[in-house]
Amino acid sequence: MPIEFEPPKPIVQTQLVLKTVADEMMRSRSRYFDEHEHEIPWDYIEFMHSAMRAMGGNGLAPRENGKKSEEGEKRPPIGYQMLAAQIEALCWGDVGMYHCLPGGGLGAAAVFAAGTPEQKEKFLARFNEEKPTFAAMSITEAGAGSDNSAIRTRAVMDETTHEWVLNGEKIFVTGGDKSFTEYEKLGEGFIVVWATIDPTAGRKGMRGFVVEGGTPGVKITRLEQKMGIRVSDTAAISLVDARVPFDHILGSATVEKDTSGFKGAMATFDATRPLVAASGVGVARAALEFLKEKLAENGVQIRYGLPRQKLTSIERDVIDMDIMLKSAWLMVVKAVWMADNKKENVLEASMSKVKAGDVCTKITQKVVEILGPLGYSREFLAEKWFRDAKITDIYEGTGQINRLVVARQILGYSGKELR
Amino acid sequence: MYSFEPTEEQQMLMDAVGKYAANDLRPAAREAEERGELLHKLLSRGWEIGLLQASIPEAYGGFGERSAVTGVLAIEEMAFGDLAGTLAVLTPSLFATPILLAGSEEQKQEYLQKVIEREWSPFTAALIEYAFDFDPNDLKTTAALQGEEYVLNGEKAFVPFAKDAEYILVYANLDGQTQGFIVSKESTGLMVSDEREKLMSLNALPLYRVHLEDVRVPVSQRLGGPEGHDFEPILVSMRVATAAAAVGVANAAFEYSKNYAREREAFGVKIAQKQAIAFMLAEMRTEIEASRLLAWEAAWKLDQGKEDAFTEAYLAAMGAADMAMMVTDRAVQILGGHGYIREHPVEMWMRNGRGFAMFIGLAIV
Repeated sequence: MPIEFEPPKPIVQTQLVLKTVADEMMRSRSRYFDEHEHEIPWDYIEFMHSAMRAMGGNGLAPRENGKKSEEGEKRPPIGYQMLAAQIEALCWGDVGMYHCLPGGGLGAAAVFAAGTPEQKEKFLARFNEEKPTFAAMSITEAGAGSDNSAIRTRAVMDETTHEWVLNGEKIFVTGGDKSFTEYEKLGEGFIVVWATIDPTAGRKGMRGFVVEGGTPGVKITRLEQKMGIRVSDTAAISLVDARVPFDHILGSATVEKDTSGFKGAMATFDATRPLVAASGVGVARAALEFLKEKLAENGVQIRYGLPRQKLTSIERDVIDMDIMLKSAWLMVVKAVWMADNKKENVLEASMSKVKAGDVCTKITQKVVEILGPLGYSREFLAEKWFRDAKITDIYEGTGQINRLVVARQILGYSGKELR
Repeated sequence: MYSFEPTEEQQMLMDAVGKYAANDLRPAAREAEERGELLHKLLSRGWEIGLLQASIPEAYGGFGERSAVTGVLAIEEMAFGDLAGTLAVLTPSLFATPILLAGSEEQKQEYLQKVIEREWSPFTAALIEYAFDFDPNDLKTTAALQGEEYVLNGEKAFVPFAKDAEYILVYANLDGQTQGFIVSKESTGLMVSDEREKLMSLNALPLYRVHLEDVRVPVSQRLGGPEGHDFEPILVSMRVATAAAAVGVANAAFEYSKNYAREREAFGVKIAQKQAIAFMLAEMRTEIEASRLLAWEAAWKLDQGKEDAFTEAYLAAMGAADMAMMVTDRAVQILGGHGYIREHPVEMWMRNGRGFAMFIGLAIV
């Protein structure tokens, strides 16, 4: 197909629907949950779950692609493109609440990326049941953030019971509480906990373990108090002799020469990077649109088409932000289009995250600045988007880690050659 | 549907342009810049690729259909070789493409074939004016109707090949609207400066100041005929072309500095192995991609006749100008002192880089 920028019709329709959802179910609650950290937005969760079930979807996951159209012509796959558009639209509503969307999230993505067919069947079916159900991914430790091969959580096999025994301390588990704590209103969730089966093996010894909600020996020790995305819980977890069935390990139970376990974890991030980028674009668009509304209310027009020399400072800023926002979104679209078409996209995925991380922090910061007291006041959401946006440049690969990935790709360097 | 794949035909064209850029334009670029002269055989070789010819329908002597997307792809490839050479090869488009887009049937019949049936010839256009706040939509050069003629007054700057051009498409302000006028070089009152423009770069491209003093142009030579034309599609096409050229030059600087960084050693390692350099390169590559996609989208919208093509092209050109400045500056920085020496091309690309903010009018898709 030749170069084209027409958004597919199903995507446009979905964006329209999600705009209403974002206004009615997210924006209307944004401020309340920002100011009531650790309260769970039950009505939103239940609404979203039933809405997604009604639509026949199992949460946000790329659908099976390539359905035949009426003419019998095969349509190009758009699963990831749809996902990116959905995430962008929801994060335009509220990024924190997007993270409260029931479903498998990163936990399911890890099972999807590194699990056997049996494991996928066993762990992934639950998200389409009657109750909203969550899953989370837990890799970060206090001493292992970007360098996640440095994790110290151990998994040891108990030969007598044929179980894995997990010990360690994990932090920054997004949705950890809703995935693990047995709330009456929720289905049984799980957390994929990354641990090492051989501390001498470095990344070769890393494996993910599916830890079911309520597993004895596992405790949510703390919910973090954050700068933004406060409605999304961020849990710290301790594992003390937590026992997990043998077949809950993702990947091989023995240390081999390859690094498939670590690569499994990293593959999860490769697939999700453009999606995180999409979330950043959503917040940035929210902020920029709000700014334009306020400027218009105050009679400030943006005169597109003038040379820089004739523009006011505000016009220049807005135009620069338009450029940033549009190009960041196009980079997301290209990266997910490549994923849909089974093209290797490590470079494009990471570039989209680098760009979106930059763009959403810069735009939200500039918007608050231009709006002055209106931007800084908690009367409006601009200051909240400023706080929410910053996480985009941090989680699932900081801007710096993604620059490393991009640099290694363009230079053809290994991790050893470019540390 | 979204798609980011050029067609097979476009790919073949890009390959041909890429070869010309690598084998002809790039090797000649430095000497051309120093001597202030392009070899004519370079122009004819570039002309033979047939970019313009392929954008003109058979009815007017061409063999194709205009596509801004194709134009953007080709210009980026060519500018990767050398900017001055690219602008020189494509100068006849400055005259022919607006006629194709906005000309009357008689004008198309009269001029298009004339341009494309021969060897590369200096048909050109004059848009830019010598003012700090030059604005293509608010020209200082004026046109006024007097009987059956328009009278043009003013001064145009940076007009490529004006000295030898048979015809110049002159843009002037007619009652607040920018309108094109086809001006023959024989016209009384048309004066092309003897001296060439001396700019920070583009030395190889002969640019002239053109003075118009009561130049009388028959009504029939107003672009689009007596009723005139809409300037917007022309301006959009110029902006998109400038964005594509900026991406091409930036990409040249990126590739060159990347290769240098992979060879150059300091402190026992290649400098590309230092994050300070590697991160610069990663950001350069990222910003090039960002601008490229904006230019593609603007071109696609132009081809599709989308209403927001105007804004998109404006944003694409503005963004690409900033990007090209950033990327070319960093390319010089990565080469350090060597980057500052004219032996390496990066300093020339950096001088090119600053120009994209004011080159609107020197290229068109």
